[in-house]
This record gives sequence, C-alpha cells and structure tokens, in this order.
Amino acid sequence: MPERIIKDGAIVEDNWQVVRELEGDLPSGNIIVPAQRWLDEKDALQARGNVAVWLASDQSPKILGDAINDFALIAVDFPAFADGRGFSYGRELREQHGFSGDLRAIGNFMRDQLAYLSRCGFNSFALQNSDLEAALQSLQNFSVHYQVSIDNPQPLFRARQG
Amino acid sequence: MYIYDQFDRQIINERVAQFRDQTQRYLAGEITDEQFLPLRLQNGLYIQRLAPMLRICIPYGTLNANQLRKLADITRKYDKGYAHFSTRQNIQLNWPKLEEVPDILADLATVEMHANQTSGNCIRNFTADQFSGVAQDEVEDARPWCEILRQWSTFHPEFAFLPRKFKIAICGSKRDRAAVAFHDIGLEIIKDSAGETAFKVFVGGGLGRTPVIGSMIHDCLPKQHVISYLDAILRVYNQLGRRDNKYKARIKILVKAMGAEAFKQKVEEEWQAIKDGPMTLTQDAVDHAFSFFQPPAYEAQDAAAAQSTLDDQRLSEARFAAWLSHNTVAHKQPGYAAVNVSLKETGVAPGDITAEQMEAVAALSEEFGFGEIRSTHEQNLVLPDVRKIDLFALWQKLDALRLASPVIGTLNDIICCPGGDYCALANAKSIPVAEAIQRRFDDLDYLYDLGEIELNISGCMNACGHHHIGHIGILGVDKKGQEFYQISLGGSQSNDAAIGKILGPSFAQDEVPEVISKLLETYVNNRTEEERFLDTYRRIGIEPFKERVYA
Ligand code: HEM
Ligand code: SF4
Repeated sequence: MPERIIKDGAIVEDNWQVVRELEGDLPSGNIIVPAQRWLDEKDALQARGNVAVWLASDQSPKILGDAINDFALIAVDFPAFADGRGFSYGRELREQHGFSGDLRAIGNFMRDQLAYLSRCGFNSFALQNSDLEAALQSLQNFSVHYQVSIDNPQPLFRARQG
Repeated sequence: MYIYDQFDRQIINERVAQFRDQTQRYLAGEITDEQFLPLRLQNGLYIQRLAPMLRICIPYGTLNANQLRKLADITRKYDKGYAHFSTRQNIQLNWPKLEEVPDILADLATVEMHANQTSGNCIRNFTADQFSGVAQDEVEDARPWCEILRQWSTFHPEFAFLPRKFKIAICGSKRDRAAVAFHDIGLEIIKDSAGETAFKVFVGGGLGRTPVIGSMIHDCLPKQHVISYLDAILRVYNQLGRRDNKYKARIKILVKAMGAEAFKQKVEEEWQAIKDGPMTLTQDAVDHAFSFFQPPAYEAQDAAAAQSTLDDQRLSEARFAAWLSHNTVAHKQPGYAAVNVSLKETGVAPGDITAEQMEAVAALSEEFGFGEIRSTHEQNLVLPDVRKIDLFALWQKLDALRLASPVIGTLNDIICCPGGDYCALANAKSIPVAEAIQRRFDDLDYLYDLGEIELNISGCMNACGHHHIGHIGILGVDKKGQEFYQISLGGSQSNDAAIGKILGPSFAQDEVPEVISKLLETYVNNRTEEERFLDTYRRIGIEPFKERVYA
C-alpha cells in the first residue's frame, strides 16, 4: 500500500516497503531490505529486482562496497532520534561514494531533524506520526549555513569573499 | 571583537524563530518531553531542581560592554537580578521560565549573543585563555581561531546528535591557561619550522567520572587544514563512540579503548578523503578573522613615570598594594595591565554577579579600556586593557563594588560548581563549603604566604567544578544518604597536567575547613623557599599529608 512521505521537498505517495526481518518471505513490489540480508542473499535478491537496502545505525555504508551505486534507493535507519550516526552515513554516501539515488531516512527520527538530515544528503523522509504539511516547514529552518554540506558546496568563509 | 555580518545575523534570527516554534509546539503537546529534551538543551535550557537553568554562551569568554549591559537587563526582566559565571566561560540564569526562553534568546540576539549548543550532545562553546591578545607569553592570539571554529561548529548538521557532549579548547600561549589536556579536543597553537601557524592536537581528555589526560594525535597540523581535521575526528567519534552507556560515551573512552595510535589512524583515513576539499581554509578567510582582533588604539605611555606613580600609591595604601600584586597581570603593551575582576568575595557564591555589578563593570570597561570584558574559567572577569596610571582609580571603584577581593590565584580563588543548592544531580552542597573555607582562611597575610594554590569543588563526580585538577580538590559524595566530601591532592590544569590523587576516607561538611588547615600546615612545614603547594606535594608525596590528617 502506498505511503505518504516527504521527498525532494514535497509530499508524495511512495510504494517502497521496508522489510525489517532478516529472513522469511518477502512481499511483492518495491522492497527495502536490511543491508545484512542483501549481503546474505545477494544473488537471489538481484534476480528478484526492485530491491533497495537499509543500513542499521551501526552499519557504515562501506559494507556495501562497490554495489552502492547500483541501488536506486538506500535508506538509513534511526533506531532513536538521538542516535546521530546516520547523519555521517548520509554525508559519506553522497560525498565519498558519489551516491546520487534516493537517500531516505527511516525509523525514529523527528521532524525537527529534517533540516540537518537534508543538509547531510537525505532527500526523502519516511516520517512517522507527524503532520507532513507542517513538517515541510522544518526543512526551511535555515537559509544560510556556515559549513560545507551536500546542499552547500562552499562554506560561508569562501562565499563571503566571493 | 568579532562583529556579525548579515549572514551571522540571519542565522541567529532564524535560530530564535526555530526555537520559538519548537517551544510553542511543545507547550501545545505536539512534541514529547523526550523529543524536546535535545532541542531545548541545544538552546541552553536545562530543567533543574528548582527551576529551569539557561546557559548563555560567551564565545571564548569575550564580551563587550553592551552585551554585559544586556545580560544585566535580562537577569532583571526574566530572572532574579543576578547570574552565575561557569567554568566554561559561559553565564547561567538560575530562574528563567520555559515559556519566556524564546524571548530571552531574541533579546540576546539583538546584541549578537545566543545560547546555542551550550548543552546537549553537540559541539559546545570553544574556550580559550582569558588573556588572549594581551598575554606576554602569547604565541598567537587564539580568538580568531576560536571564531573560525565557532562558525564551523555552529549548527553543524552532522554533529548535533553525538554520543555525548563535545568540548574544545584552544591555547595560544606558552603557559596553558585553557586546560587543553582536559578537553575532548585541545588545540595548542605553535609555529612550525618555517614560522607558520600550526596546531598540536590533543584528543580524549576530560574530567567527569573518568578523568583522563588527552593524547596528542598530531604534533604539527598546518593551519589551513584545521577544519577538515576536526571534521574527521568528529566523524570517527560520531560513528564509533559508544551509545549504549552514557557514562562511557565520551570520546576519551573511545580513544582509550582503541588506543591513541589506532584512533589517529582512523582519523587520518577519514581526513585523506576530505583534506584538500572546500573545507581548506583560505588565507583570505584567516585574514578576515584576524581583522576583528587587531590591537585596540593603545596610547603611548610613559612607562617609567607610570611605574613610579604606582610605587607611590602602593606604599601609601596597603590594600591597593595587595590587589595590585594579586589581581593584575602583565600586558604585552608597555604601560598597560590586564585586571582580574574578582567574583570571589566571601559570602557570595563563586562566580555569582548581580545586575548592578554587571552594569558597573560594563561602565568600567569603557572608562578604563576599550569596552571589552573577558570571562575566565576560574569564574572571574577580566578587564584586558587598563593603563597602569589608571589602576589606582579602577581599584577604588572595584573595591566599592565588592569586586576587588585580592585573592586571585590564592586558596580563596575557589572554583566551585552550583552543587546541591541548585543542581538536581548533586550528591552534596558545594557553595557552603567554599564559603566555610574562605571564612576560615580570611587572613590575607597567611593566604599570601601560602602562595599559589588552586582549590576546586564539585558537588558530584560530573566534575563541573574541576575538582580533579585542583591542587586541592573537593568532591561531594553520598555516604549512606549523608553529604560527605572526598579530598584529592596534586591535580593540575596547566602544562604539567595531572589528575589529583584521593587522600583517603571522606569527611563531614563541618570537618572540611579543619582538614584543609592540616593539609596547609603540612605544606608549610615541609616546603622549601621556592616551592608552591603543588611542588612540595610532588616532592614529598601524599603520605605526610595523610598522616597529618588521619592521625
Ligand atoms: C546546575 C546545572 C548543571 C548540571 C545539571 C550539570 C551537569 C553536568 C554533567 C551531567 C556533566 C558530566 C557530563 C559528562 O561527563 O559527560 C557536567 C560536566 C561539566 N560541567 Fe556541568 N552541570 C551544571 C552546571 C555547571 C556549571 C555551573 C558549570 C561551571 C561552573 C559546569 C561546568 C561543567 C564542566 C566544565 C564539565 C566538564 C567536565 C568534563 O570535562 O567531563 N556545569 N555537567
Ligand atoms: S558537579 Fe555535579 S553537583 Fe556540581 S553542577 Fe555538576 S552535576 Fe551539579
């Protein structure tokens, strides 16, 4: 069943389904499986198609190796909003691995983290228990940034001199 | 001082608007307590035993007169007319109302101040030597580097949900007055063999439950790479720091577990990927930062004449003489001095200041300087640029304000956390212990004879009062529900960084002054002419002190 999410700054219907189980039957359609499951069942999953992966908060994108850019979508799970490891994974995927597909936050993050997540390279947000229309405003919290980030390739100290 | 441009102003105004919205949603029940916690902490707001506590940032301890006046205003308008300087150069309000905090932040923003990232698991305020820019032993002014890194760390999107808080200090002088060895990252400014500015980088120092002296992981980091290198350290910590146990979550635990060498290796790997990218500082950016910290318009002084006037004044007024030798500090500029404004008047909690005193100090900073004030991690203030010929007049005014207690650097210049009177985490009160010690040792001749002694008090093992690194440290402990105090000796926050050693079983509150007295006696009986308390302790060890106290 399609779900409403925030993607590229708008609310959209989305039919990627997150699979949490490490084994067992898979549903039909587009699925996001645990990275570990993908590593374990790579051949079968590749043959099935329509597969994306999600990284647990203790899994660096490095475990996906060269396959990173084969995925149309990579999700990062936030088991608790205070667990900020995923922010680093987002930047690493974009900056160091050149990942240009859909980078999605899933799990227990909150609306007030959207601006930072988006600066770290996330473009879609499966945000739970929130009024999505209202949440869109949180993406716009800041219009100027000091640091380099995915949406801001020049740090302010360079822009100031420009 | 740094002055905001339109970008800084935009960012800070957007921050106020963001927190106003978050507070409204919280009060309307749309955000849970648990979710609101990191949001309010990163805006300086703790919920305390008696009331919320708001920690306002004083970037690297630098304030101007208008900012200090605004702080006075705020304490009157939203609080009880006083505030408290912390050991990280910040200032705390003890009685603000949650629903008024957005207004306080908006008021602060009008004078380019804020409470960003003063609490929470993020990169905190950078601290630096309070004598930056005026110290005689300075290698390079730390303030421009603090400002460059303040901007890097402010709302850094990747590092707002770290395993634990993260504190960074920068020292720009030969003598370390910023305690770089006791921070998550400590930077020491050096000159490389070509005379270019570079940094020694220490990681994994800290106090708290597990005090650790930081390890050096770079002995000469070229200045243009400082941002990318710190980014790399934080990225390693953010990914590998422990999140399962908050008492093991600081970077010091990670560095210890991995070993400093392996940690350094990891940082190097991350660094290589980002090293020569857009984070590399440009010379223009460095020059821009330094342009805000140029020496003020000093006047040429007849240094000899000033000195002879001072000598006369000293002879005619013994209390001035005492203040002059203890509360003033040598200055780079001939004919000038830096002045400590003591917040250690007996009977007043160390670091506390009233709104009237703030306004008066703001006025004095204009009359006797260039309108600048510094806060120190010893919980005092500094007027950095006073003409020597004005010292007597300044002293008279400070004395009338009860801000001239001539005890800087002595036993009575106590560093003390708020403790059980204010803090929900406390095992024991700390302010009354500080006061009892100050009352017991109120004889200035005896204090001066004892020389340089640092006495630090924390109300619990979180160590906000830096007890581990006091020459004498006092720690509040809970003994079967009673408030007791454990004493340690031999800590040092300076270049010879050391963690104090526990003397033995703890004491009841009313025994503490007597115990301190016995420790001091032991020192006096054993010292050689040149030795400070710490030196004697290091030479003779802890045993003679133990014997005297537990005899
Ligand atoms: C009254 C409210 C306060 C609370 C609830 C509080 C809480 C804490 C806690 C829980 C820690 C330990 C954190 C850790 O080890 O990770 C800590 C550390 C610290 N606090 Fe406070 N604190 C308070 C006030 C202060 C004040 C007034 C000062 C300055 C006088 C201060 C300065 C520090 C410093 C310097 C540390 C660092 C010790 C280290 O490096 O581990 N705190 N505080
Ligand atoms: S040391 Fe303990 S008692 Fe003192 S302020 Fe920190 S947390 Fe509170």
